[in-house]
Amino acid sequence: MTAASISATPTRRVPAGRLAVYAIVLAIGLCLAFAPFLFTDVRAAEVAARICIFIVLVASYDLLIGYTGIVSFAHTMFFGLGAYGAAIALKAWGPGWDAILLGGGAGVVAALVLAVLIGLLSLRVKAIFFAMVTLAAASVMLVLASQLSDITGGEDGFTYQAPRLFSPAFKLFEDADGKVLRLFDVALNGKVAAYYFVFLSSLVLFLLMLRIVASPMGTVLEAIRENEMRAEAIGYKVVAYRTAIFCIAAVIAATIGVVRAVWLKYTGPEVALSFHIMIDILLMVVIGGMGTIVGAVIGVVVMSLAQFYLKDLMEVAAEATAGIPLLPDLLNPDRWLLWLGVLFILLVYFFPAGIAGTLMNKGSAR
Amino acid sequence: MNALLDRVGGVYALPVILAILAFAAIGSTSTWVTLTAAGLAMGMMIFLMASGLSLIFGLMDVLNFGHSAFVSFGAFIAASVLAALGAWLAADSVLLNIAALMAAIAAATAFGALAGWGFERVIVKPVYKDHLRQILITMGALIVAEQLLLAIWGGTPIAVARPAFLTGSIIIGDVAIEAYRIFALLLGLVVYVGMYLALNRTRIGLLIRAGVENREMVESLGFRIDRLFIGVFMAGSALAAMGGAMWAGYQSLITPALGQELMIIVFIVVIIGGLGSIQGSLLGAILVGLMTNYVAFLFPKLALASNMLLMMAVLLWRPYGLKPAVKG
Repeated sequence: MTAASISATPTRRVPAGRLAVYAIVLAIGLCLAFAPFLFTDVRAAEVAARICIFIVLVASYDLLIGYTGIVSFAHTMFFGLGAYGAAIALKAWGPGWDAILLGGGAGVVAALVLAVLIGLLSLRVKAIFFAMVTLAAASVMLVLASQLSDITGGEDGFTYQAPRLFSPAFKLFEDADGKVLRLFDVALNGKVAAYYFVFLSSLVLFLLMLRIVASPMGTVLEAIRENEMRAEAIGYKVVAYRTAIFCIAAVIAATIGVVRAVWLKYTGPEVALSFHIMIDILLMVVIGGMGTIVGAVIGVVVMSLAQFYLKDLMEVAAEATAGIPLLPDLLNPDRWLLWLGVLFILLVYFFPAGIAGTLMNKGSAR
Repeated sequence: MNALLDRVGGVYALPVILAILAFAAIGSTSTWVTLTAAGLAMGMMIFLMASGLSLIFGLMDVLNFGHSAFVSFGAFIAASVLAALGAWLAADSVLLNIAALMAAIAAATAFGALAGWGFERVIVKPVYKDHLRQILITMGALIVAEQLLLAIWGGTPIAVARPAFLTGSIIIGDVAIEAYRIFALLLGLVVYVGMYLALNRTRIGLLIRAGVENREMVESLGFRIDRLFIGVFMAGSALAAMGGAMWAGYQSLITPALGQELMIIVFIVVIIGGLGSIQGSLLGAILVGLMTNYVAFLFPKLALASNMLLMMAVLLWRPYGLKPAVKG
């Protein structure tokens, strides 16, 4: 099969390709774990936190698309529900943990209820039907968020304050003089605390997902992906399993949405709900490798770096071709999504298993 | 309840019921007639876009997420042609006006057919029978098409010139109906009748309907199903582009985001109508068109959400849509 039933093959010797994937993922994980000390400028912290959050988001999407074969376009909707839930509460009640817990909790519950509704309503029909329904639901949510501007701040979104523990002025540890303690020349202030809040939440959620796919339930999901009729015939309730995993993915997406809202101290359609995020997630999961979970780590990092460097490269190319008609327009840095789209199509054609999947197949006994 | 509904015309009675309910809620006759005309016109334009998508799915089992790209390209090509033929449009002669409008629609439609051919060959053909990759690839194609649109026409809204004879309204009593809406309604009806006749009275139509019913059978009887596929895909894309061209004239100001906005409505229509059937698409399109206009008048903030609720209600009642040609 294309999206690869790799993880279930019991082999004594771990194939070399798989070892390589794990090594890469471990290296990325270590980089992220010590990011505040390795990359000291402010922009790097933003990028590292964004990578952490997207790894969880993409991995939870992989539970659907890669493991169960469900194509949903409503993933940003759940992400946005969590983010808006926490954000609205933080704005209304001021910065406090109760606001995050209650507001974020409400957002997560709303995501769960919506996921149950959508799942029971349309998961029993064809995959394609489900894709359409989720797309429609997600865009209605986007329109609602921009129309109910009294609550959501409309198109512009709104800013608010995070708990004091996360503000840059907060001293995490104090030295003898009452100044903020420095470790390897990095001030241990609230910014570091905020980063580790993001990193640890992401790590916990990511490990949880690894546990889920390794459980008997994960195996049933793969069985449903490979042959729905057969899974049903063996006696597994396909609709129940599909709805369950859809709900789990929705809850994880909403939870990481809460984390995103706390980290960013800003929530708006562009960062929490927009269709661009959905496209990013799709690209990342396909580039990384569907049905691997760890592929999410590679996909997110590659995409984030590509977004960064592709723009630079295109700027150079656009200047070089300035005299030719239309070509500079196509190479304009704003059009980077065009080339990413082309790359995406080629990937789906030639490497449907993605980077992680292709690597993992290398050197295996099959 | 089902028996009662069947006696008054089955699911086809739904738009009528909706219109009657709306009449009760609105109260004023002239407003109601204006809104109904607007809803029907909008429904007809959406029908043009949705029917192609539905038919392609029914015959080929391919859901083209890039369908809305044809709509946007149709709209922008029509706008460009109309802008180039500005002199004809402004002229006093109705003949020249019609010629310019027809040229614009024909250009959009021709482009739709050609692009549809290329799209089918390059994008869709390698992934027949693989739904997951189909969705991904057509989605990728949509991204590329939207970016091309931005690269060619830029991100700013473009004003669309409307031919002189279609501006203004026709006034009957105290009811005013925009002329362009009547034109859209008529064109939609012509296309519907044309499609109906082509599907039900011609040999090719017979083969297409047989293909929707059972693809393997048609193939094993020795007919070239791949040629049918290309033909239907081109026709569907051309219809989408035509719908886009009509929409451009209706909106009179178009942005590159138009395709995305319409795609949602088109999807809702196809889901409500049931995949694979022309009648279903027409029914769904008219329902959505009427619903949008009535709700936009009664509760302005709920316009888009109302379509969503309509879809939910229909899915609860009939999980495969109102008039599906293919099930499961």
